[in-house]
Amino acid sequence: MIAATVPDQRPPHARLLAIDAAGQITHHPRSNFSDLLRAGDVVIANDAATLPASLLGIHERTGATIEVRLAGRRSLEPQAVRCFSAIVLGEGNYLTPTEHRPSPPELRPGDDLRLGPLHATVVCLLDHPRLVPLRFEGSSDEIWRGLVRHGRPIQYAHIPMPLTIWDTWTPIAALPAAYEPPSAAFILNWSTLDVIIRRGVYFATLTHAAGISSTGDPVLDARLPFDEPYRIPESTARLVREARERGGRVIAIGTTVVRALEHAAEINGVLRAGKGLATQRIGRETKLQIVDAIVSGTHEPGTSHHELLRAFVANGVLEDMNAELEEQRYRTHEFGDSIFVERMNSKGASVVPRNQTPSGSHPWPVLSMSYRLPHALLRRHPVDFSGSLFRANNLSARASTIRQLPDREGR
Amino acid sequence: MAKHKAERSATTAAEPTSVWKGMRVAITGGTSGLGRALAVALHDLEAQVAFVARNRARVEDLVRNTPALHGVVGDVSSKNDIYPIAIQLVGALGGLDLLINNASALGPIPLVPLADTNCEDLELALQTNLLGPFRLTKAMLGSLAASAREGRHAAVLNISSDAAINAYPNWGAYGASKAALHHLSKIWDQELSLQGVRVLSLDPGDMDTPLHELSVPDADRSTLMSPESAAREVLASLQNLFLETAGVPHPETQEALQ
Repeated sequence: MIAATVPDQRPPHARLLAIDAAGQITHHPRSNFSDLLRAGDVVIANDAATLPASLLGIHERTGATIEVRLAGRRSLEPQAVRCFSAIVLGEGNYLTPTEHRPSPPELRPGDDLRLGPLHATVVCLLDHPRLVPLRFEGSSDEIWRGLVRHGRPIQYAHIPMPLTIWDTWTPIAALPAAYEPPSAAFILNWSTLDVIIRRGVYFATLTHAAGISSTGDPVLDARLPFDEPYRIPESTARLVREARERGGRVIAIGTTVVRALEHAAEINGVLRAGKGLATQRIGRETKLQIVDAIVSGTHEPGTSHHELLRAFVANGVLEDMNAELEEQRYRTHEFGDSIFVERMNSKGASVVPRNQTPSGSHPWPVLSMSYRLPHALLRRHPVDFSGSLFRANNLSARASTIRQLPDREGR
Repeated sequence: MAKHKAERSATTAAEPTSVWKGMRVAITGGTSGLGRALAVALHDLEAQVAFVARNRARVEDLVRNTPALHGVVGDVSSKNDIYPIAIQLVGALGGLDLLINNASALGPIPLVPLADTNCEDLELALQTNLLGPFRLTKAMLGSLAASAREGRHAAVLNISSDAAINAYPNWGAYGASKAALHHLSKIWDQELSLQGVRVLSLDPGDMDTPLHELSVPDADRSTLMSPESAAREVLASLQNLFLETAGVPHPETQEALQ
């Protein structure tokens, strides 16, 4: 594979390698993604927005220049921004590959870090010289202000130009909670969402604090992903439940969505709505309880993103996929091409039996427009915006949509 | 969802203000005129409010007076300020249900005919009144759509003007920018119908505000509405719209309302 070196979220020539439930591999233009969906499926994406989580600064005790990459916190609560776990790198910037970055000076408990307008203290030591918990000074509003003034998106050497925040936000990005973009969702834009909803496919989101993908240290990288907080709305859990009842597929946009959904169903296979902290690793031994298919980027074998695919398909199929990706020169990394991997029917006993759709017939009734397009219910009135606003309020002529001034001099 | 249903049903019954309780609202131009009046009124209605304005001292002053408000310093006319503003607003509120694009620029001060308007003054009016609301709405649309999917009300309110519709001499920069914002609102509202997000444009009328003072320095202020009463009218209109359209995009909830 070749690295995608330009931060274009939806390049017109992006490709999609698909593996169906029988293990068959096909190639598609990625813009045809919605063709792989079926009415009754539910597509679930991670709507976390990406924080500017790279903070350059000074290690006060030694005066050394450092880069702090925020890597996690225990909750998604907006006020809980004082404590982060972080990777600390020595001098330099993203243009140097992370694995070649010098180590930071020796970090000790109580060390002060000056990060632009922000001040942080090393809370304690963990078992790795680059990974520390930090506590920031100030109110949560002050910490947010410091982060946006001083922080830059975390980025890596394969993209030479500096990323802006908007390069890293998916179109559906909502709560700022991710440390690196949940980039599988770059595939979605608002037009695509309209297309899939009109096809009778449901769309839902959860929020999962996607963590960093590389620490520059193989020992630490082997522990990725770190624990990640998530929140699954009740409306999303309901759509998953309904999809399962009618035999539709649950399609996760990105590894973080798989991790959150499977974590929330860990206890008894039933998806719990609400908040959680995903701590598990997903791999060959994982019995998937909820997710039927995943859309993901193309990832190098050995990375946690790649290992997660082993929960979906047999090793042999993954080897075939890797060979195809190489041979067809797919582009990799966050702005690269994509894969769509359906859970194999015959991977092994781990597959939970599911209501199968009888071929040629749909197990759910043909749904009315208002049901299939639930948001259309909002449109009981013509959409001439302020007209309906004013009519609703029955205000006087002063407040009609087009308010004629009685006297032009009044302006 | 059951919880939302219960809340929403209660709203339709006796308590007319509870539509605002807990609503997460972001307001631009929040330290003066209508923006400030809206921020204070919404706070009194138990909404969670964050606002943005350019002047740090004024932002801090309003937060000192009303500590529950989240104040953000930023300039919506500046492209590079948009994402920092969006992160701070959504970060402070934990999500977003209503964005009020209220910050406005007049263009040349004092007002002059278009032929005497500097390009830079027109540009500033467009940056503040059109591009700023477009960019900020785009940056916060993910939050609004997420809110709609959870069955909450989700809307953008763009503060417009009758100058968006009528051709008043000397109001060229302002009028053209507000006309564009008005039309943008109507188009966007239609485009977002499947997402359950409303985009509204509303003329609050002539108010006794700093902006009005700049545009018509010798106006008889006794004929002008106070920003506080304009804010009340704006919120009453919005509330009626919310109650009327229910905002809950699921049949179950629809049934609960009937």
